[in-house]
Amino acid sequence: SAQFQLAVPVAVVFAPGSVPGDLPRPLPFRDVQEMEISVNLRPSITSRYETVYRRTTAQEEAALDVATAREADAALHPLQDALLGSLTMYVVPETSSLLPQGINVYVGKHRSALVRAGGGLAALRTRLQQLTQVMSFTASSISAALSDRVPNGQLGPDARRHLKSSLGYEITFSLLNPDPKSHAVDWDIEDAVNRYVQPVLDKLSLVANFSVDSQILYYAVLGVTPRFDKESSSFLLSAHSLPHVINPVEARLGSSAASLYPVLNFLLYVPERSHSPLYIQDKDGAPVSTNAFHSPRWGGIMVYNVEAPASPQVSLPLHVDVDMVRVMEVFLAQLRLLFGLSREELPPDFLLESPGNEGLADWELDRLLWAHTVENIATVSTTLTSLAQLLDKIGNIVIKDDVASEVYQAVASAQSAMAELAAGHLHLAFQASKEAVTSSERAFFDPSLLHLLYFPDDQKFAIYIPLFLPMAVPILLSLAKIVREARQRKKEPTKMD
Amino acid sequence: MLPSGKETSRRKGEQTTAGRAERGSHAGDGCSPCRVLVQGKALQGTPGEGLWLVAPAVRRLVFDPSRSRFPLLPLLAQPAQGERGCWSRQRRNHEEPSGSPPQNGRPRSQPGGSRCQMLALGRARARPGRLFPRSRRGAGSRPAPRSRSSARRPRQRKTLRPRAGPGLRRRVSMATPEAAAIGRKRKPAEGREGAGMAAVLPLLLLLAAAGPGRARRDALREELLLSPLPAGDVAATFQFRTRWDADLPRGAVSHYRLFPKALGRLVAALGVRELHLALTQGFWRTRAWGQPPLQAPAGAELWVWFQPTVTDVDKAWKELSNILSGIFCASLNFIDSTNTVTPTASFKPLGLANGTDHHLLRYAVLPREVVCTENLTPWKKLLPCGSKAGLAVLLKAERLFHSSYHSQAVHIRPICRDASCLAVSWELRQTLTVVFDTFSSGQGKKDWSLFKMFSRTLTDACPLASQSKVYVDISPKNKEKELLEVTPPPTSVHEAIVQGDERTYAVYDLLSPSLFNTSRSLNVQLKWKRPQDSSELPTPILHAQRYVSGYGLQTGEISTLIYNTHPYRAFPVILLETVPWYLRLYVHTLTIITKGKENKPSYIHYQPAQDRRRPHLLEMLIQLPANSVTKITIQFERALLKWTEYTPDPNHGFYISSSVLSALVPSVIAMKDVDVEQSPLFTSLFPSSDGSSYFMRLYTEPLLVNLPTPDFSMPYNVICLTCTVVAVCYGSFYNLLTRTFHVEEPSRGGLAKRLANIIRKFRGVPPL
Repeated sequence: SAQFQLAVPVAVVFAPGSVPGDLPRPLPFRDVQEMEISVNLRPSITSRYETVYRRTTAQEEAALDVATAREADAALHPLQDALLGSLTMYVVPETSSLLPQGINVYVGKHRSALVRAGGGLAALRTRLQQLTQVMSFTASSISAALSDRVPNGQLGPDARRHLKSSLGYEITFSLLNPDPKSHAVDWDIEDAVNRYVQPVLDKLSLVANFSVDSQILYYAVLGVTPRFDKESSSFLLSAHSLPHVINPVEARLGSSAASLYPVLNFLLYVPERSHSPLYIQDKDGAPVSTNAFHSPRWGGIMVYNVEAPASPQVSLPLHVDVDMVRVMEVFLAQLRLLFGLSREELPPDFLLESPGNEGLADWELDRLLWAHTVENIATVSTTLTSLAQLLDKIGNIVIKDDVASEVYQAVASAQSAMAELAAGHLHLAFQASKEAVTSSERAFFDPSLLHLLYFPDDQKFAIYIPLFLPMAVPILLSLAKIVREARQRKKEPTKMD
Repeated sequence: MLPSGKETSRRKGEQTTAGRAERGSHAGDGCSPCRVLVQGKALQGTPGEGLWLVAPAVRRLVFDPSRSRFPLLPLLAQPAQGERGCWSRQRRNHEEPSGSPPQNGRPRSQPGGSRCQMLALGRARARPGRLFPRSRRGAGSRPAPRSRSSARRPRQRKTLRPRAGPGLRRRVSMATPEAAAIGRKRKPAEGREGAGMAAVLPLLLLLAAAGPGRARRDALREELLLSPLPAGDVAATFQFRTRWDADLPRGAVSHYRLFPKALGRLVAALGVRELHLALTQGFWRTRAWGQPPLQAPAGAELWVWFQPTVTDVDKAWKELSNILSGIFCASLNFIDSTNTVTPTASFKPLGLANGTDHHLLRYAVLPREVVCTENLTPWKKLLPCGSKAGLAVLLKAERLFHSSYHSQAVHIRPICRDASCLAVSWELRQTLTVVFDTFSSGQGKKDWSLFKMFSRTLTDACPLASQSKVYVDISPKNKEKELLEVTPPPTSVHEAIVQGDERTYAVYDLLSPSLFNTSRSLNVQLKWKRPQDSSELPTPILHAQRYVSGYGLQTGEISTLIYNTHPYRAFPVILLETVPWYLRLYVHTLTIITKGKENKPSYIHYQPAQDRRRPHLLEMLIQLPANSVTKITIQFERALLKWTEYTPDPNHGFYISSSVLSALVPSVIAMKDVDVEQSPLFTSLFPSSDGSSYFMRLYTEPLLVNLPTPDFSMPYNVICLTCTVVAVCYGSFYNLLTRTFHVEEPSRGGLAKRLANIIRKFRGVPPL
């Protein structure tokens, strides 16, 4: 019943010489555009773009007066308000040399983009709309966030890849060394984590808590025996056997006993000496260049081949130092994929700035927050609904006051999250949705709900069978008698005739 | 999640019951008879009867024999009767005097004890240089635990004074982890006087030895000790030591190499300073088997020291036991406030510690816990090599549980990283002790081999281990006669003094390349050159026994007998009793009698129980005179439980966990300061402070007590009966209400007519 509205504040800033001639009103002006997101859900989700059209200020003009788009992006960054979820788009003249040839849209590292003017207002509008969706959310990103609640048919193949929203994640890097007799593998994981993973996680710390572990597992083998290929004298792992690889390994990974957060596993597998080199084949039979694959909502595996020593008389074990740059490149790409930060297919005239050392751009973080907020609210509603259904089904569950207050708290937080979403305050909405999830989970999993479950009605009935059975016998007998008599009475009149 | 967890534990409980019941019935046959006293009259009966079959009035049971002798009987093949004979004889000799409570309240002289005493003296005499090692000056001195608080003890004696238990030893003088972390230049034991130094030095040596500076930061060492026990069984003790050279991982990032991640995270997340978990099936029979390297009580034992930074220790303890329960598949989640205690003196940190505030300690025992494969598998998973290589290859569950005793443990403690002790490392010790009954399974021969016991042989060392050794105890009983022969020839022979006894070990170093030169696998074999004289069982210096006596279901008495068989030294022992709340102890009935005289404990800590909240805790420091038996009795009343509090098998009885004895036992032979690192044994966990005594912890038998048990089928019976009555009444009422009654017209002159008819029948005329 409540209106589920996602409001995105957008500022469209026209540089001198880029204002289209057919503007409906003189600058500056406001414009609101609503769109329904076609997810088969109730209540339906609408997106609302609150756009402010204005001219550049003198500072912005100076910032735009540089040689390349990257420099402009860096110079414009301090001029924007850092509100999460808000977007600023600078429209530059058609002839501007800021954007390379053939590129009409440049998306920066932060929450701004450069758009080439031209083709009138209508063309600009479609371009802006496309851009807004790329930088905030699209129907597919929202439906991926709601993938557990949306019927299967509507989803793309990648929709279930993303990790579910959670308050925290545990990232575990595991080095699997199945053959410690021949390979003494060493990896400098501390340095690699500090250098490559930590910046990304610092950026993501707004979304969730992260903890990072690493471990080395010995004698951990894959569940599949690779096939020997004579031509390349190497071992091959075909794509269809990859699903069987994970299970035997997973038993060794160690459960996260100390926390309840979902675990992201990144495994580096150094194949046994008798099975190396080992390559992963894709569906077409071509070797995968990264020699890695990932499993949705679970993590990734990379096979790291050790170069065979030149002389066969090398004393074992062979000391191997893992090239962490190569490994971390793959793992970070997989991490982005698992968080749903893949760069989707974009029109050819879009250019995305690489996120640099931080691993993801500000607007990508916003995308994540939009999706997680929506997912959190949906989770809360599902949790509370199932709690209500459970209570309907089992009448003798006692809801204590503290559980009830958690439920009220969850509902209030969820409502405030929706209100903040509709007002365009992404950060506040996300915080409220997190609180709502916490409260609703606490209410649902409260141990006091289970206390009095052990007296099902059928058992009560069984205890009183000694009463019911003897009482039922005369009733049934007399019923039978009545039936018999009724039948006889029916027969008798025919006899009379 | 929750319901399924509950179900699991429930299922486990049922399994427990079934296992125990079966075992009990087996224990009944074949065991030597022990006496069951009924109101002062001695009855002869098997211990099995005493436990399982005798009516409650006779249930003055002595101890739990089923646990002590055949803990895994259902799995064991029944040995032939002839082989048993010898066993029974042996057992009678040794169990009988102690098995029955001394009559007339006077301790009897013990034939077994005196003989062993003679032996000990004889041995001492054979080495005059070692007799009276450091005089008996310390014999009468009684250490006062309260003096723990005073930092400086009188400097009269550095080494001789027997200190009571490790608890009373000061360990605070180590450089603390905190100090190490901030890199303050603080030499250990800096500016301390001689007494302090003396106490610190051995510890330092030990810790220094435990952590040699290595290029690789973590280290694994694996050891296997095979020791033939006096009674003919063989004990195999595995120890895997993993060192983790990392400061306490406080941050969000932690990296593990050899140390298992699951335990590392646990230590970090819950602020654990020391963790000791033991899961044991069966009971170590100290009298017949001698001192165990590391004893554990039957069932599950968990004791944990938390960091001083932990604010809510109880919450952390609860969380910890739940997580451990998940990791080890054990029912540790049943640890709650009703079986948790905080001992004040018995358990002290075994690693680096900065102060011993016992509020940070929690101790719990679950005597009912049954240990099986499901607990072994996760334990093996914590080893870096798993069970794929190294000594762990031998850990085949099928064989390990086909044994008389099985105990697996995990100890985590902080140790010094190097000799300077400026940084802290974490040490994980995984130990597993198993006792094989080679005598009954080997056709009456005591010969054994690795293959016979484990049905595997060793082929290589774990490639990650920096040390991998097998030790075989080949200590000769008498100096001149070499009785045993081990094949293949050992790589070296090592001599050490362990627990007051001189021992010789044959050492097989799996890392030495020569070992696997001749054959691909190592199958250590031991042969006895001639049949061993089985009567020569040495009696351990300290052993104890406990039983419940009394009749009826209202009151009872717990008696503990502690034996000091040392010929001339007295020593103190700390006794810890944990009794559940449903046995209400009467403290005024506590009596301690030694040699017919009352023995006043020098320290008593008693914490009364609170119903359904916490158990009784009784800790006492008792001086044991030389060559004496001390009897401690305390009476109790059995409480009535609520009907939901009974276990699924209430008539089986309720277990009371073992009591714990901690003592510094004076050694008969002077011990020299050996390099503990070289010693294969586990002395390094309990270091001895000086050469004249060694620390020992003993556990008594767990007790099984019957509580007044209501007839649980009664409510159902009442319902049945009432329902039947109601149903009958209902039936007749129903009949009355629904039947239609016809009044039949009586035919007139009925009687006359009948009479007339009879007459007519007589006459042959047709009736009317």
